[in-house]
Amino acid sequence: MTNLFATLLAQEVPMFPNAEKHADDAPYNFPHAASAWAEQIDFLYLAILWISVFFFVGIVGVMCWFCVKYRRQPGVGSQPSTSHNTVLELAWSIFPSIILVWIFWIGARDYFATQIAPDSAEEIQVVARQFGWVFTYPDGDSSTELHLVQDRPVRLIMRSDDVLHSFYVAAFRQKKDIVPGRFSEVFIVPTMLGKYRLACTEYCGDGHSRMRTLCEVHVDDADRKAKTAWLNPEHTPVENGERLFNMNCAGCHSIKSEVKTGPALNELFKWGDARPLHDGRKVPVDENYIVSSIKYPDQNVAEGFGPKSQMQNFEGKFKPEELDFLIAYIKNINNVADVGTTDAPAKGAGDGAEAVGSEPAPDATAPDADGAAPATNEGTPDH
Amino acid sequence: MSDYAHRRELFGHADTTNYLTHSRGFLSWALTLDHKRIGVMYLIGVTTSLLLAGVFALVLRTHLWTPDGDAAASLTKLTDANYNKMFTLHGAIMVFSFIIPSIPAALGNFVLPMMIGAKDVAFPRLNLCSFYLWVFGTLFLLIAMLTSSLDTGWTFYTPYSIRTKTAVVYATFGAFILGFSSIFTGINFLVTVNTMRARGMSWFQLPLFLWSLYATAIIQILATPVLGITLLLLLAERILGVGIFDPVYGGDPVLFQHFFWFYSHPAVYIMILPAMGVISDLIAVYSQKRIFGYSFIAFSSVAIAILGFLVWGHHMFTSGQSHVMTLIFSAITFSVAIPSAVKVFNWLATLYKGSILLSTPMCYALSFIFLFGIGGLTGLFLGALSTDIHLHDTYFVVAHFHFVMVGGTLTALLGGVFHWWPKMFGRMYNDLLGRVGCFLVFSGFNLTFFPQFVMGSRGMPRRYASYDPEFQIFHQISTVGAFVLGAGVVLSVFVLVYAALYGRKVAGNPFNGASLEWQSASPPSFHNFDHKIVLTDPYAFEEMVYDEQLDTWVHREFMEPERRPAMVPVIH
Repeated sequence: MTNLFATLLAQEVPMFPNAEKHADDAPYNFPHAASAWAEQIDFLYLAILWISVFFFVGIVGVMCWFCVKYRRQPGVGSQPSTSHNTVLELAWSIFPSIILVWIFWIGARDYFATQIAPDSAEEIQVVARQFGWVFTYPDGDSSTELHLVQDRPVRLIMRSDDVLHSFYVAAFRQKKDIVPGRFSEVFIVPTMLGKYRLACTEYCGDGHSRMRTLCEVHVDDADRKAKTAWLNPEHTPVENGERLFNMNCAGCHSIKSEVKTGPALNELFKWGDARPLHDGRKVPVDENYIVSSIKYPDQNVAEGFGPKSQMQNFEGKFKPEELDFLIAYIKNINNVADVGTTDAPAKGAGDGAEAVGSEPAPDATAPDADGAAPATNEGTPDH
Repeated sequence: MSDYAHRRELFGHADTTNYLTHSRGFLSWALTLDHKRIGVMYLIGVTTSLLLAGVFALVLRTHLWTPDGDAAASLTKLTDANYNKMFTLHGAIMVFSFIIPSIPAALGNFVLPMMIGAKDVAFPRLNLCSFYLWVFGTLFLLIAMLTSSLDTGWTFYTPYSIRTKTAVVYATFGAFILGFSSIFTGINFLVTVNTMRARGMSWFQLPLFLWSLYATAIIQILATPVLGITLLLLLAERILGVGIFDPVYGGDPVLFQHFFWFYSHPAVYIMILPAMGVISDLIAVYSQKRIFGYSFIAFSSVAIAILGFLVWGHHMFTSGQSHVMTLIFSAITFSVAIPSAVKVFNWLATLYKGSILLSTPMCYALSFIFLFGIGGLTGLFLGALSTDIHLHDTYFVVAHFHFVMVGGTLTALLGGVFHWWPKMFGRMYNDLLGRVGCFLVFSGFNLTFFPQFVMGSRGMPRRYASYDPEFQIFHQISTVGAFVLGAGVVLSVFVLVYAALYGRKVAGNPFNGASLEWQSASPPSFHNFDHKIVLTDPYAFEEMVYDEQLDTWVHREFMEPERRPAMVPVIH
């Protein structure tokens, strides 16, 4: 079982090569320019860069030149020169001002191009929470990675379940804070196929740096559908449960004995055993315990945590059959761990396996995972 | 008393009759009302904060040597939670306990009254009170650190700061108290400069350092109360559940950001304006040249102080504030660039035809122009809206403000401390070691923060305990640089402390400064001046003459008439 999850998690290792490849052939200063306006923004960046280089070299050059030419020498004092020259001083105030107005203008113009989405834009609902993302598409599918279609304008309607987050895809040169208590919108026109890094850029707590995922741009809807197909009656309950788990729980609960915000769910308890709680009580680990912990997190807080749980209240957020899937999955973690099975079943719903933010297992070997993981999607074109 | 002995006591090295030897014992320091002693105590305090928060920075940089997060916490690896606490404490202590009080409260306290020929500040008790508030505020930050620590970032953004389990209450209370410390210093300086200038001294005879301290004081008095109120509201929400910032109670998180940056952006100018003032004076003294465009520099300080109040929204371009506001804030932000650029051009013009001595303080001043140049120019990328959207909350921002705050303020502080050190303790530092320290600080600093610009423009978010492997090489260069920078700072502190204890004794004015503080003995007497000062222009170096007997520079009026050389007229 350990190996199974090592393998599943190892999918993250090949998950990145596409992105890394991007980094390699991208211009030195930037990630790839993968949105409609990225190149315009890079143009302004480079323009400011060269203006800055011009002034900086001028300033430091003159400074060094004066320091050498007018260095203090024995018997020589400073030479008289004017200490005020209105024309000169006005000139070096006004000339840079003109450049600044130009920079401001271009910056503002491009900014507005990135902010106002057309009415026809596809709408994708985004929920950000500590420490993961859920993207829900117009057809009802959901995923923990963002899947877009090339050249299709999209408006993300984002909300936060807890604290401030910020949506950032460097390759799109686009960013927007997600403020709890209101909806935030962000507009994207992805123009280049490939996988790009999606990160949270507003500090949101312990696992902030683990709130990273990918954004993939597809050729068409069918290609995307393959990656976002949601709870599927043809899948086993365990597979469906795993997707639910990764989407809702994996930000705080590890399945590999790692204490995150909440207890890890594999070795810490065995199905049926009595579970020690923070107040000294013990409860048996069974279906009731799982469901009560999901719905009323403060009721049975595990030993080493609490007294108040940091977990949000999930009551009413899952349908009964979804709870069944989750139970099946969590039960499975322990059963398999007990038996020590090592075989890795082929996965249908690939995406969910890439637990958001988990670090790649250091000992996992990429070639193995490549073969086992459809999620790596080697066939995806990059450009 | 012979004439020589008398002159030595007034202008030379004062062994026995200075403010340090005026009274002895712990209480004579703890209860002192002498601005010089308070300045020295502040200097010790802020240096301690600098070293402490600097160690935190090294811990952070060590952690970032490898990209993975907290899988295995070890000697060099922190858990994610501890990493967050570390960067929060680094930021909070650096900002509230070190940078804000550093130049005004330490250097300013020491030299401001002397520069206007006064005996002390206007409110000496308020001055001492300000120091103790600094101590208590810092203690609260330390209590927060030692209890459950703090993991909100120094910005205390809501609603995370309402909900986190760490010691937000202690820390915000500490910052609240430190705010009052800052306000008291500001009030004191404002009143002192207004009412206690030497008889006949006009505003345009003030050294430019004082113009910058005056502009800073205005910001301290007007902006800091807003921080105080904001932190109180945060406490009220956290302790009493009053709904202000947390949407759970019907509040608005962005409101907190507006309140916070309404103080904290002007606070950026509290940090950098005094540094610019120090640099103006260092450049003039070590070039032996009248500062170029005095009134442009003076008024640019005031302009920066005023405009600084109108740009806080540029910290919130991505927060979802209205597009119109965003546009206006961007425009005003660019307008701040002009007075800053004017200062740099004026400094360069001052060097022209000067007699430039590349001693330690001047090396720091030139480093300042270099580093502040980069810090200022990279502000253009962040002021422009479209590029800011990409760079916001990435390492580009981290590098930008470190270039201004560390490359600017820390460099100016070190330069200023080296410049006024012989005045404070009457002893000279080892100039060679001082310059080696400056070189280490300068090169280590660039090595640390330059790669962060590249990382940022490539999309590396800030405040990340783990990161994508492609950034590793930049992080590693940055980490090496941080240790070089640390070594430079430690070496500089060592050179200074050694000099204060064992350095060569020097007389009142070894560098030929023309401002009034150099008319006293070194170290100054308890009353600052035991003679009638000669009111002079702070940049009239031509009025100074060298006295071989005392081995120092004195104003020509203080020279015996028979030894006084003829005045050389200077064309300005």
